[in-house]
Amino acid sequence: MCGIVGLYLKNDKFENSLGELFEPMLISMTDRGPDSAGFAIYGDEVGEGWVKLTLRHPDEDYRWEELSDNLSASLGCEIKWMQNANVVVLKINTNESSARRALAELDADVLILSAGSSIEILKEVGLPENIASKFNLSGMKGSHIIGHTRMATESAVTMEGSHPFSTGSDLCLVHNGSLSNHNRLRDTLKREGITFETENDSEVAAGYLTWRLNQGDSLKVALENALKDLDGFFTFTIGTKDGFAVMRDPIACKPAVLAETDDYVAMASEYQALVSLPGIENAKVWEPEPATFYVWERK
Amino acid sequence: MMTVDLAAQSVRDLNKALHECKENITEKEWVVTNPKGNHNIAVGLDAEISVDIHGHAGYFCAGMNKTANVTVHGNVGQGVAENMMSGVVRVKGDASQAAGATAQGGLLVIEGNAGARCGISMKGVDIVVKGSIGHMSCFMGQSGSLVVCGDAGEALGDSLYEVHIYVKGSVKSLGADCIEKDMRSEHIAELKGLLEKAGVDENPLDFKRYGSARQLYTFKVDNASAY
Repeated sequence: MCGIVGLYLKNDKFENSLGELFEPMLISMTDRGPDSAGFAIYGDEVGEGWVKLTLRHPDEDYRWEELSDNLSASLGCEIKWMQNANVVVLKINTNESSARRALAELDADVLILSAGSSIEILKEVGLPENIASKFNLSGMKGSHIIGHTRMATESAVTMEGSHPFSTGSDLCLVHNGSLSNHNRLRDTLKREGITFETENDSEVAAGYLTWRLNQGDSLKVALENALKDLDGFFTFTIGTKDGFAVMRDPIACKPAVLAETDDYVAMASEYQALVSLPGIENAKVWEPEPATFYVWERK
Repeated sequence: MMTVDLAAQSVRDLNKALHECKENITEKEWVVTNPKGNHNIAVGLDAEISVDIHGHAGYFCAGMNKTANVTVHGNVGQGVAENMMSGVVRVKGDASQAAGATAQGGLLVIEGNAGARCGISMKGVDIVVKGSIGHMSCFMGQSGSLVVCGDAGEALGDSLYEVHIYVKGSVKSLGADCIEKDMRSEHIAELKGLLEKAGVDENPLDFKRYGSARQLYTFKVDNASAY
């Protein structure tokens, strides 16, 4: 089944309370996905010449300070780091590929959950409310956030198989549904240089969009192409550094509801995830059309 | 008038109280506040009562309704009035997919738009939609009427049996074995009655009628020996 939720702020009014507004949305979708949950939050952007990574290590007592020091010495640049439970956000004064290379040499067991200038992905196996509290979701600030509660169908219940998936800089995707042509598409994308961490079908959709964006497509054009090339059932919510998109397949059997006010756009699998939002009583509420995508971008 | 606040009471409490009206109607008018997208609100009613739901409801609202008059002052999720037997269900806003699915009688009025598969496998209900309907609507519809004042999506009336479909706007495409048919005087009279019953101010002469061409397997006498 799975539940997906997203909240995109159109101005800075609620930026300091983004996590607080989003937490009940995520938790309300527990019925649709009680086995794992995760979210991608955008904010606290690093400047030009910096990259921001979210890292995870299976060892809860992993020595992040040591890794950060070694990484700094190896790259010869400044690093800022902040730990959140068993996940760490590193801000490194270098480019993404150098950072990835240095990290792989230092410790191949460290998993990169996200990379970019703004995105942070936090996800785990367990009940959404436990994951929200583990990462202190309610205290988080940012411009937009996308989350997922998982009821696994296509691959195992693992942290790696939980959403959001990120295969490119600042891009993430959450998915409700199942893709039928993901194996062949994964092979094609691998030949195009996209790397995958799992056998999960949703990761292929994220990889596909990364590939199209790398080819120079705008988000809108990439989504148009996705409608042609992805086969199966899907409702997607997609985040980029400045953008937020929702798309449903032509059959549209996976639910979705959108709400918009002057201050935000919110998306959820079911309306009940939106009821705690401010001004929802007077929001424009509608069901997104099949084979149609909706995109919002901050200028 | 009895008010049930779903911020304070559960849907189960509400439905239990409404079900008790079958034996003994203590209150004819019920008001439900704070539905907040909850599923299964006012399901399985079997009493001549009216229920007004103020706000948006979730899935299967007023499902299996019998004789009751349910009005939702907001939107509804999937499967509103599914398998309704009789009575009236009115949605002031939009309905998600499968509105009135398999419903056997009564009247379903949707004042906004309905999503995909509106009236799928309907078996006698009358559905009047003031707005438009989504794709695959009235799939395998068996009897009853579907009136659409807006447009219809792809594959309207696919594998249709005997539902009378009336559409005022455009039809994106017709499903297998669904064709446009003449509006004869009895159809104009039927549509006029449906529009009046639904309280919708439209001219029946502006509508086109669609129905089954009766060319599929089950309609062929040659296949009768298979049963």
